[in-house]
Amino acid sequence: MADVIEINCETGITTTRPQTAEEIAAAEAAAAQAEADKAAADAAEKAKADAKASAIAKLTALGLTADEVAALTA
Amino acid sequence: MATQFTLINSTAVGSTPVSSVTFNSIPSTYTDLLVKMSVSTNASGTASANGTNINFNGVTTNRLYRRLEGNGSSVSSDTNANIPIGTVNASSSNYFSNQEIYIPNYNSSYYKSTIVQSVVEYNSPTATQDLVSGLWSSTAAITSLTIYPDAGSFIQYSTFYLYGIKNS
Repeated sequence: MADVIEINCETGITTTRPQTAEEIAAAEAAAAQAEADKAAADAAEKAKADAKASAIAKLTALGLTADEVAALTA
Repeated sequence: MATQFTLINSTAVGSTPVSSVTFNSIPSTYTDLLVKMSVSTNASGTASANGTNINFNGVTTNRLYRRLEGNGSSVSSDTNANIPIGTVNASSSNYFSNQEIYIPNYNSSYYKSTIVQSVVEYNSPTATQDLVSGLWSSTAAITSLTIYPDAGSFIQYSTFYLYGIKNS
């Protein structure tokens, strides 16, 4: 169980209290969304890296040197 | 040009983890706001898998960001409906992420832009640095802000400072 900190900037009073059930549910939903967003971003990055590797392999097969491929893909 | 920084309030997390930190009733007497924080969480995973976020006035809609992230070996960029502050190391309490969010003209009737920068070094071949531009498409004055992690809770010794900045 985690707490929540609330600071009233007018009074300077800091309140620390346990999370409510509503807050726990909201935090769990936000965590699930963050995980989904991260998985989507990772998948997009992997697809991009795979496409680049495939392109390099095809260029090499066409006879380009490693330096020439690097010049194109840098 | 901002000429005066005033600490409005601050807090530090004690031995019980904290799922969010909210600054309420922020005075309207400043021009800009600045949050400086040093945080770590008890979530599992690596730094790049966990982050911190901010919302204003308890509202989680109409937010958007563009982020540039580098980890020492690669760079990436992304956008989404959120305002992330940065990544945190979540696999060990030894490593804290240092993060800063600047909020100009928080009282204005225009949309609220944010400038975010954060770094985390966790004694590994990579570290993470984020530069984030955020936008909250609301004309409401900001009277409260809440900072929370993607997963888990902030752990002991995480610190949060809210400054007000006047331009005269």
